[in-house]
Amino acid sequence: MADYQTHTHDVLIVGAGGAGLRAAIEASAAGVSVGLVCKSLLGKAHTVMAEGGIAAALANVDDRDNWKVHFADTMRGGQYVNHGRMAELHAKEAPDRVRELETWGAVFDRTKDGGILQRNFGGHRYPRLAHVGDRTGLEMIRTLQDHGVHQGIDVHMEVTVLTLLTDGGRVVGAFGYDRERGRFRLFKAKAIVLATGGVGRAFKITSNSWEYTGDGQSLAYHAGAELKDMEFVQFHPTGMVWPPSVQGILVTEGVRGEGGVLRNKDGARFMFGDIPDNYKSQTADNEEEGWRYCQGDKNARRPPELLTRDHVARCIMREVRGGRGSPHGGVFLDISWIKEKLPNAPEHIRRKLPSMYHQFKQLADIDITREPMEVGPTTHYIMGGVSVDPDSQMSSVPGLFAAGEVAAGLHGANRLGGNSLSDLVVFGKRAGEFAAKFAKDHGSGTVNTAQVEAAARESLAPFERGAGAENPFTVQHDLQEMMQDLVGIVRREDEMVRALEGLKKLSARAATTGVPGNREYNPGWHTALDLQNLLTVSEAITLSAIERKESRGAQFRDDFPDKSAEFGKVNIVVKKAADGSMQVRRVPVAPLSDELKKVIEEQK
Amino acid sequence: MSTATFRIWRGENGNGGFKDHTVEVSEGMVVLDAVHKIQATQATDLACRWNCKAGKCGSCSAEINGSPRLMCMTRLNQIPLDQPVTIEPMRTFPHRKDLVTDVSWNFDVKKKIARFKPRKADAADGTFKMGQADIDRVQEFRKCIECYLCQDVCHVLRDHGKHEEFIGPRFFVYNAALEMHPADTGDRLGALKTDHGIGYCNITKCCTNVCPEEIRITDNAIIPLKERVVDEFYDPLGWLLKKLRPGATKG
Repeated sequence: MADYQTHTHDVLIVGAGGAGLRAAIEASAAGVSVGLVCKSLLGKAHTVMAEGGIAAALANVDDRDNWKVHFADTMRGGQYVNHGRMAELHAKEAPDRVRELETWGAVFDRTKDGGILQRNFGGHRYPRLAHVGDRTGLEMIRTLQDHGVHQGIDVHMEVTVLTLLTDGGRVVGAFGYDRERGRFRLFKAKAIVLATGGVGRAFKITSNSWEYTGDGQSLAYHAGAELKDMEFVQFHPTGMVWPPSVQGILVTEGVRGEGGVLRNKDGARFMFGDIPDNYKSQTADNEEEGWRYCQGDKNARRPPELLTRDHVARCIMREVRGGRGSPHGGVFLDISWIKEKLPNAPEHIRRKLPSMYHQFKQLADIDITREPMEVGPTTHYIMGGVSVDPDSQMSSVPGLFAAGEVAAGLHGANRLGGNSLSDLVVFGKRAGEFAAKFAKDHGSGTVNTAQVEAAARESLAPFERGAGAENPFTVQHDLQEMMQDLVGIVRREDEMVRALEGLKKLSARAATTGVPGNREYNPGWHTALDLQNLLTVSEAITLSAIERKESRGAQFRDDFPDKSAEFGKVNIVVKKAADGSMQVRRVPVAPLSDELKKVIEEQK
Repeated sequence: MSTATFRIWRGENGNGGFKDHTVEVSEGMVVLDAVHKIQATQATDLACRWNCKAGKCGSCSAEINGSPRLMCMTRLNQIPLDQPVTIEPMRTFPHRKDLVTDVSWNFDVKKKIARFKPRKADAADGTFKMGQADIDRVQEFRKCIECYLCQDVCHVLRDHGKHEEFIGPRFFVYNAALEMHPADTGDRLGALKTDHGIGYCNITKCCTNVCPEEIRITDNAIIPLKERVVDEFYDPLGWLLKKLRPGATKG
């Protein structure tokens, strides 16, 4: 018998970034008991890294903005495979969620008349991102954390969930371990909200920390839930490329929102050379107009640097592959040039982009007020994830909810910058609300002790194999290299088929990993256990990417470089079959209501 | 490629000692890269906390060559590599394993501080009107990434162990952010004077010196709070004024 501590909550939230915290606050406010589990310390989740801002049609800076424009922008950015109802709820509810943050103590940057200031961002027609310099995520997570700790939520820090427990198809709890001591923990719950974020650690070059190993997607999948849109992995166009140790660290889109421009080694603003047809009417065709846009001229159109992330990332790749890149395999991102336009440019840059200034100065010896940065694409975000009901956020497994990056639907084939932070609070709140309701309407299920015993036994196997066995860090590294090379920004069927074979071999190696030492705070052991999740999501990404035989949004297929009308009507879904294999199928994109169709037409 | 030796404190619950690990180092590396390299190739059970690797989350605090710093923001070209680089866990908190300490005391302290208590919003939809100039200072404090390096270096905690009577620089900054928030109506001065022990701080500015976010903890947070406490509790003229006109001195 495994030795474990048992905790009982009405609602268990897994993950304590923006979505998890917001869900916990909402569920707690509904009067149910709430447990919140997170892999790191509270307040360290990846939300803290979000820089640019939170998108909400507050219309504080441009009064032409409203939910319809935001909705249409989100759908256009997602290339119309988004779930329209989610995009509608998101656009309508984001402003209230932002204002609510201020009633809980957040302090956004201000307009001249004292309102919440909003900035330009890629794919957003009007200045829409409420922000705090370039540390908006920190402001948001701290606000939710400081508010949440007074709401009677039981926080279990540095705890990893190994498996979800089910009873007759319904979720009844979770089993995991605390990282500090390695002791097992059993959480009994009537409803569970997954808010575990993304899968960035499946790739070599990433802006994500160690935590983002696809835990929620994998837990849900193995519990029987459907995963949707897993092929849509966002490669953020601007990550640091030099020095090697900082490769992948994010450079906020806010740099371009404030007037930063992309140039190749010949000094050309290459983005002007490739503006997609559906954005032509909204995009500046000369440098002067682009600059006026960044300065708030309402009659100017946005510069092509602020096109959607998928497109900008591909344009950068093309420059690099064509031999027109920067010395270290990226392109130049220059904000210092605005000194030609503004008298106090260096001070302005330091005020608007303080953490970028700091980051480049300290990590790369670059003063961004004086010289350009070198940037290139970095794995940033997954649009796909657990398929959920748009209103309640419940998955196909009763009692299992998902919110934030781990859930699918809102962003379609490509997420607009700023739509993530708003996603977290809009759907975090909804997930918390509906999970609480589910918990009130349903009794406790029965925990199957055999399931617990099996998970416990399996998790301890790396100790039995010991120090001489396969090193889990090496397997993780090899997985990251392979996914980056074969299922990265540019994809081909033959390469992805090779990746599937590679995943089989890596899976076999993962089963032979061993670790020395004991269960006390043992990163080798933790990494060995995280491998299972990485392998599951890597397979889901690869199978889905093979199935979508077209290029759309974040998915670029070298062998199918064009968009196909046929694939524009479907989402790719994976589910665990009875024999344990991963089944892929196409499902029709959720139909739009007549009202939403009309909105899209009006906003074209 | 050259190599460097890292003398890392290894052990559990305070029992242990330094162990040398030598790894190859390359251009641009930070201390955390070296620790990761050691972890991946020599000691998979080497415990350390980290997340963002960009100075934004405050997880990888340690004492490098005796100075409290973030491992992710300490470049190897800023420290001498001709001798071993020592890396130790923060000393002010109970030790757990290798570079990991038990920082839960900080979370407990924060819970005891009176939360944000907003005035009525300026519009029915919850809008607050606030001038940028009125929130600049609050935003400085809210840059805090809760790395707890200021707590680590503070002698009231580190040398005198006043964890029960003194909340430390991090939470004076937190108090200051609330007290100076234009929309806040809470009053934390009484607690600062008594339970939270602001009087113990003798403004040696050690906290300010180690803050990776360059928050001017002593000058901008602690001293103004001390002044407010003095005004509230020790100013005879103010005391008289309050008797005559209640509420006149607040703010």
